[in-house]
Amino acid sequence: MAKEAKGRKAAVPVKSGAAAAKAEGMPRARGPVLPPASAYFIEERHDRAERHTLSVLVDNEPGVLARVIGLFSGRGYNIDSLTVSETEHSRHLSRITIVTTGTPVVIEQIKAQFTRMVPVHGISDLTADGPSIERELALVKIASIGEKRVEALRLADAFHAEVLDATIDHFIFELTGTTEKIEQFVAIMTPLGLQEVCRTGIAALSRR
Amino acid sequence: MKREMTGAQMVVQALADQGVKHVFGYPGGAVLPIYDEIVQQEKVEHILVRHEQGAGHAAEGYARSTGKPGVALVTSGPGATNMVTPLTDALMDSIPMVCFTGQVPTHLIGSDAFQECDTVGITRPATKHNWLVRDVNDLSRVIHEAFHVATSGRPGPVLVDIPKDVQFATGTYTPPEQVSLNTYRPRTKGDPKAIRAAVDIIAKAKKPVFYTGGGVINSGSHAAALLREFTKLTGFPITSTLMGLGAFPASDPQWLGMLGMHGTYEANNAMHDCDVMVAIGARFDDRITGRINAFSPNSKKIQIDIDPSSINKNVRVDLGIIGDVAEVLEDLLIVWKHEKPKMDKAALKEWWEQIDRWRGRKSLAYRRNADIIMPQYAIERLYAATRKHDTYITTEVGQHQMWAAQFFHFDKPNHWMTSGGLGTMGYGLPAAVGVQVAHRDALVIDIAGDASVLMTMQEISTAVQHDLPIKIFILNNQYMGMVRQWQQLLHGNRLSHSYMDSLPDFVKLAEAYGAVGLRAEKPGELDDAIEEMIAVKKPVIFDCRVAALANCFPMIPSGKAHNEMLLGDEVSDETIGSAIGAAGKALV
Repeated sequence: MAKEAKGRKAAVPVKSGAAAAKAEGMPRARGPVLPPASAYFIEERHDRAERHTLSVLVDNEPGVLARVIGLFSGRGYNIDSLTVSETEHSRHLSRITIVTTGTPVVIEQIKAQFTRMVPVHGISDLTADGPSIERELALVKIASIGEKRVEALRLADAFHAEVLDATIDHFIFELTGTTEKIEQFVAIMTPLGLQEVCRTGIAALSRR
Repeated sequence: MKREMTGAQMVVQALADQGVKHVFGYPGGAVLPIYDEIVQQEKVEHILVRHEQGAGHAAEGYARSTGKPGVALVTSGPGATNMVTPLTDALMDSIPMVCFTGQVPTHLIGSDAFQECDTVGITRPATKHNWLVRDVNDLSRVIHEAFHVATSGRPGPVLVDIPKDVQFATGTYTPPEQVSLNTYRPRTKGDPKAIRAAVDIIAKAKKPVFYTGGGVINSGSHAAALLREFTKLTGFPITSTLMGLGAFPASDPQWLGMLGMHGTYEANNAMHDCDVMVAIGARFDDRITGRINAFSPNSKKIQIDIDPSSINKNVRVDLGIIGDVAEVLEDLLIVWKHEKPKMDKAALKEWWEQIDRWRGRKSLAYRRNADIIMPQYAIERLYAATRKHDTYITTEVGQHQMWAAQFFHFDKPNHWMTSGGLGTMGYGLPAAVGVQVAHRDALVIDIAGDASVLMTMQEISTAVQHDLPIKIFILNNQYMGMVRQWQQLLHGNRLSHSYMDSLPDFVKLAEAYGAVGLRAEKPGELDDAIEEMIAVKKPVIFDCRVAALANCFPMIPSGKAHNEMLLGDEVSDETIGSAIGAAGKALV
């Protein structure tokens, strides 16, 4: 079969093809062994990724968060931070604040995809639509003694962090601020006995 | 008017109020209360399928051929999971469908009860929206919302999951006119400024092309009529995706045939060389565009689509118009007729001459054979024999599907049902069941492949039970033809498991089901056998033995542009093997 078929026009049916294949069991490979290829075109994209904060108002119904997360995981978008809470109890509305990183095309897609979702009342891109305010809250536990403990307390004061809890061997600080401020605080506290950090994710509102 | 009734009664009442005449389904423990209501009324007819997947595809075929939502009813657990494929299929192809699933009683949810599964969790990414109804007083409202969501905006499948205790419970029924959604309000009217801008761009075109898709069909017969009017007014060439076939008559001289991976030479070259492309209800799928960075490099692109996420998703367009195809075309036509723009007649004449040269290439030509039935020939003869009938075609997925799209010509919308986006083998037979239920007197043919048709073959039993005289026209080449073709193209012709050893005797199989079996093995037998198939007033399985190793051409190979097509008459096995270059091999 291998020799026979060589040079034959592919568009012409090979008369005894199926019968020959049957006689031999599974059809055999013919010609040189070529590496496998594919039928989708994979293109590398080099657009610069941007970080955007999106604010989405949704019906607070069962599964709504799963829909949002499913949209991001299913289509391969990033979630850098996610904050959800019911904000208007009488209308059962929740505000979802999502920080995401993607190329401009992807950011546009994310917004368009949100408008297709049934429980979504509205979406705004706080990064693109003008000035906005972003804050995050962190709880930071520091366990140290002696000089380090004193230094931790002094630095916390400089950051306007509040002492929520204190024992003779640890502090828990509460710090509110921008993501950068919290990152900086955590970095500074690391050598001073940082034990645990808990962060809320971004809460953000448009200033307009 | 509000009324007290059980949840199960509400389901049937809501279906009747929504104008539903037919439901495709399969009973089971968690939907027995609804089935008990169904058997005691006559407003809604139930079609019993043989597998839940069949119910889903039948509902899709019903919806696609009527423009009305298809309805399916299945039980919890496996009933629901078997529905995942049709739901995803309907989502990809924007088919309106409402699926009801039974669920275990609310107090058992989460306990791994018998036939329990997280239906709304599993089907969330497979539906446009879905609901789990925990309170009988929400049930009728949710059902009416479900119909609204399925049919408005970009249509799609929705699912309502109803626990068994909610079906038994008594509550208040809310009629449809008292239900309104305050969130989901898709925009249907196009932006007037954008429409005016579109008219300016279209009027200045020298080498235009209309690229139309399934959105025209979804928008309704009015949209197809407006498309015809606009195409006639402008005199522009027009092509369509697989999903849009029939929106514009294939018998019209302005028709270029289908475009894309297996589209015609003239359609793909027109797309590549055009200076203005008007995409209407089409979404720039990867089977359409070929290599995206070589896609129609010199054109201004206008896209009309109801879904904002379709615009600029794969291909950047110069002008996006968000709206329903019919409404946008209507407004566009008003502006066009009012402004009566002067077109560049000389340039358009030259463009048509170029198109005629491409047409002269006869890209669909194939080598005829006196001894063996060529698959293309079989479709041509089928088309010729069915022209005098009101014919609806469904297909499975593979080579036969592409040959059907190339050689069967459609002059009307809603007569062509195929699985485009998801590419579901096994779609065609149950879809034909659905189409025949909606059009009892029409000729409904599933153009099938020997591999695909075995995936849902059991639904021939449904056709026999419900006196649905569907015709299953199998292009039997004893291979998974498209898989074999790709293995030849991409994998050095190592035919790994694409050969269908020990196929059933399709004639005897038909007889075993109580249907009629026919076979044609020689070109000379074909016409008589097709006539016999059409004449028989029973379901028929037609075993059409075709050339085993025929390939489907023309073809845009992977990683190539529209103007780099493989044509059937100029390829040898060697050129096929080397058709895809090093760059193209970096593909899935």
